[in-house]
Amino acid sequence: MLHFENSAVEIKNLTKVFGEHTVLNNLNFDIPKGKITTILGFSGAGKSTLLKHILGLHKPTSGQINVLDRDLSKMSEVDLREFRQKFGMLFQYAALFDSMTAKQNVEFPLKEFTSMTPEEVNNRAETLLESVGLEEFSHNKLPSELSGGMRKRVGLARALALSPDIMLYDEPTTGLDPITTKMVNDLIVETGEIHKEQQMSSIIISHDVQATLKISDYVAFLNRGNIVEYLPASEFAKSEHPLVQEFINL
Amino acid sequence: MEMVQGRFENFVSGIGRVIIQNINGLGSIFKFMLSFFYWAVRPPIRPRLLFEQLEFIGNKSIFIITLAGSFTGMVMAYQTYFGFQLINVDSLVGPVTAISLARELAPVLTGLIVAGRAGAAMAAQIGTMKVTEQVDALEVMGINSVQYLAVPRIIAGTLSVPMLSVFFLFIGNVGSYFVGTKALAIDEAIYLSKLGDFMFLTDIWQGVIKAFFFGFVVSVIGTYFGFSVTKGAEGVGKGTNLAVVWGMISVLVLDYFLTSFLVQVL
Ligand SMILES: Nc1ncnc2c1ncn2[C@@H]1O[C@H](COP(=O)(O)OP(=O)(O)OP(=O)(O)O)[C@@H](O)[C@H]1O
Ligand SMILES: [Mg+2]
Repeated sequence: MLHFENSAVEIKNLTKVFGEHTVLNNLNFDIPKGKITTILGFSGAGKSTLLKHILGLHKPTSGQINVLDRDLSKMSEVDLREFRQKFGMLFQYAALFDSMTAKQNVEFPLKEFTSMTPEEVNNRAETLLESVGLEEFSHNKLPSELSGGMRKRVGLARALALSPDIMLYDEPTTGLDPITTKMVNDLIVETGEIHKEQQMSSIIISHDVQATLKISDYVAFLNRGNIVEYLPASEFAKSEHPLVQEFINL
Repeated sequence: MEMVQGRFENFVSGIGRVIIQNINGLGSIFKFMLSFFYWAVRPPIRPRLLFEQLEFIGNKSIFIITLAGSFTGMVMAYQTYFGFQLINVDSLVGPVTAISLARELAPVLTGLIVAGRAGAAMAAQIGTMKVTEQVDALEVMGINSVQYLAVPRIIAGTLSVPMLSVFFLFIGNVGSYFVGTKALAIDEAIYLSKLGDFMFLTDIWQGVIKAFFFGFVVSVIGTYFGFSVTKGAEGVGKGTNLAVVWGMISVLVLDYFLTSFLVQVL
């Protein structure tokens, strides 16, 4: 199991039980700062549940989660809400607010959480949208008028609005065509590169093994609520774990 | 014999299950209501969202309330008249119609209409946001989804229904007055003077107080079923449906209890 000097997330003995169902089982997991780490695993393995614990949306049944050196269990509800501004999240289907235009979506967190003037908000939103490659004529379109790939771009711009320290990607390429998939993967890498100085960490949940191995620095395999393999991406394909081999060769 | 017994047990346990499910459901609606109160009084307050909802629930219901109110008043005038003329008290059509409207018809029908229109829309909007992860997106940003989505809708609903109900009452009386004095030839002066003699402010208050509770309950139910949607478009449809059915039933049931209470205290 990998450990890091400089970790963004440290999980110790995390167990989560829903009713009688143990979803995360005494899980230990270190996620490094400034790198791209991907969590692979079969459906129902507990990936989304793990992500929600990192965000403090779920409380552990037992165990400890430190994010950016802060113990989430010691934080009040109010602190946690504020702390979440350190996260940006790109949802599988972008989860744009469908009553707002692309630009309004990006402006939303800026208006809610900063004291920028309307003009500053507007400029920042335009810069963000340009940085993810959304052409100007699409800035004032509603999500329903955008293609899947364009929505992802807007979702990414919105997630980056408050300059997060940790970017989370939930199945960023599931259900996209090959060209859009490549575009999204490139965007993830680029986003990591652009924010390298700031040591932005990226955490990806994925089913897509090939892309994962290409774009990640580290890959973890989650099975039945436990990390059963955790390696640098370059070594992952050589893992001898039978489930990992099965997953890779699917 | 055994088969009959088996069926009987199935039947009993089936009923038991339905009762338990409904009690659980009531419990979670109650919890949801508490979280509404918790978040309603906490900053930040977002007046723009409240005004948007007031505009949607209140303002945009005016046309349909006008239609419903005027026809209800008109038909009430007819029905009352045909009963009352038999015993020669047709001059009382005005106050009787007005009192029924004020105490029952205006608040109840307004509640039902808002349950069908706004309650359904609340469940559909929030349900859609739930299944497309927009609710999660809010939470991940650190914005409480109950505060952002439910609080403005519930406050707007609670304020709108009494106002719409008073409007319904007014329009209903206009309808009744026209039918009474024009179609049924009751003397205009008599109609109005009897109205003044028999109709009191408490009649109006009773309706307004009821409407206030109807608005609250219908919006709580609408938003609750929105949040309870879990899966896909089908789930949204189901949630919307439940919001309308339970919103309407709650109005009718609550009406009985509120009335039995209010007639004693007012
Ligand atoms: N809130 C909850 N209450 C009860 N059980 C839950 C809850 N959330 C998740 N589970 C259960 O936990 C298990 C893991 O779910 P999770 O969504 O984390 O899996 P996943 O790895 O993200 O799967 P997928 O790839 O399908 O998204 C599942 O069996 C699920 O039913
Ligand atoms: Mg998942």
